[in-house]
Amino acid sequence: MGSSSSMLTQYDIEEVQEHCNHTFSQQEIVSLYERFCQLDRNCGGFISAEEFLSVPEFAVNPLSQRLLRIVDGLNFKEFVAFLSAFSPRASLHQKIEFIFKVYDSDGNGKVTFNDMLDVLHDLTGQFISHQQREQVLTQVLEEADYTKDSLLVLSDFVKIIGNSGLKMEVEVPVD
Amino acid sequence: MNGPLKLNTSSSELDLDRPNIEDYLPSGSTIHEPHGKLRLRDLLDISPTLTEAAGAIVDDSFTRCFKSNPPEPWNWNIYLFPLWCFGVIIRYGILFPLRVIVLTIGWIIFLSSYIPVHVLLKGKLRNKLERCLVELICSFFVASWTGVVKYHGPRPSMRPKQVFVANHTSMIDFIILEQMTAFAVIMQKHPGWVGLLQSTILESVGCIWFNRSEAKDREIVTKKLRDHVQGADNNPLLIFPEGTCVNNHYTVMFKKGAFELGCTVCPIAISYNKIFVDAFWNSRKQSFTTHLLQLMTSWAVVCDVWYLEPQNLRPGETPIEFAERVRDIISVRAGLKKVPWDGYLKYSRPSPKHRERKQQSFAETVLRRLEEEK
Repeated sequence: MGSSSSMLTQYDIEEVQEHCNHTFSQQEIVSLYERFCQLDRNCGGFISAEEFLSVPEFAVNPLSQRLLRIVDGLNFKEFVAFLSAFSPRASLHQKIEFIFKVYDSDGNGKVTFNDMLDVLHDLTGQFISHQQREQVLTQVLEEADYTKDSLLVLSDFVKIIGNSGLKMEVEVPVD
Repeated sequence: MNGPLKLNTSSSELDLDRPNIEDYLPSGSTIHEPHGKLRLRDLLDISPTLTEAAGAIVDDSFTRCFKSNPPEPWNWNIYLFPLWCFGVIIRYGILFPLRVIVLTIGWIIFLSSYIPVHVLLKGKLRNKLERCLVELICSFFVASWTGVVKYHGPRPSMRPKQVFVANHTSMIDFIILEQMTAFAVIMQKHPGWVGLLQSTILESVGCIWFNRSEAKDREIVTKKLRDHVQGADNNPLLIFPEGTCVNNHYTVMFKKGAFELGCTVCPIAISYNKIFVDAFWNSRKQSFTTHLLQLMTSWAVVCDVWYLEPQNLRPGETPIEFAERVRDIISVRAGLKKVPWDGYLKYSRPSPKHRERKQQSFAETVLRRLEEEK
């Protein structure tokens, strides 16, 4: 474990930094690498869904299954790129892009009513009935001048959540 | 009826088995949602939940409990290097062989007296001698890593209806406690030579073994446990309620089994000094033999053991609250941080209840704000 950080050369660190658009400092990347090796229990060079779920705090997250579709099998470079949306140095646009990606399950750049309904289902589980969920979503969509059939694209997301004080930051512990 | 040492995590009734995890976690931002009219933005903005998930991926309190502590880096310089080399030569070239000899002598003495005692004698005398012999071999073990152990507080006494609980860092906890008092201990069944010792020698001091994953074992253990505490002649019972080794910086959830026997609970706090070696046994990374070798090639194992004031269930207190109270006492004494997780999550997934609680609070906010606008 202790030697793992030394396996990352200065060149590697810079390459990863390049890859995540300098949203993390070199020290943070070294820390993240240590964490990556810790999560990658069978040292395969990537983190499997199973390994992500071994973190209980992640496993109990309502969106964990949805996120697993994005994070399953990430290697270190991709791992850092995934986390870069949560860096304080990432732009608001980057963060919203990430949120959009979570919604856009088929990755075609459009979020449908059903996509939104699915996420709402993840967040509320059995505590709101299906009809009620649909009703709530239709209502707020209409109030925002959309309809049940509108396809939301990234710029809609930027418009909708971009001007609220979006706070999506995770601090990387550096020792 | 709930037996003690209720071990599985899947069934929902067991959720009562845990302290409330939400009390410990940083409060989810979904909970203090602003009031007012529900807008599309409020539904689409999933950033609080995502932040929590990413936060857990970057760092989480559970994995931290089982992380071996890397040794403090030295302030290296060229003068220290020969000294360090000298240390290595002494540790591996002199101390280690000496310790092996000590341990071998210990085993010869132990086996040559234990076997006749076990075969020839019967009744109370045999029990007494066996107890002394087990304490003796444990002292040899402690000597083999130059254990510098400071015991604080009154030595455990043999009374009926009491059970000792301690925090758990490594199997050497057991050896360190055993050299003072022949405890009967409840432990996971181990493979290899440790398993052999468990089923032969330690059986004679009344130790109880079980397999974490087998439900049938648990029932048998439950029964054995109840019988054991009732007997006045039995060795005092020692339980490590965490059920797994933690790295001596944290305590994980105490299983309530030990706390619902209706006995007096005597807490023992064990704190290791990491100056020479990290005593945490990371059973995923190393076998017990490797762990022992690591201890035997270090300068010394330094540790403090506190025998703390016996505690009883207070009127109106549930066994879980009682367990939490005792955990608090131990954590404060040994300077450990408390985390809410069940140590068995190393082997299984958390129950869906925790997720459902988060979903419920989000659903309630949505519904409440929907009501407000009407």
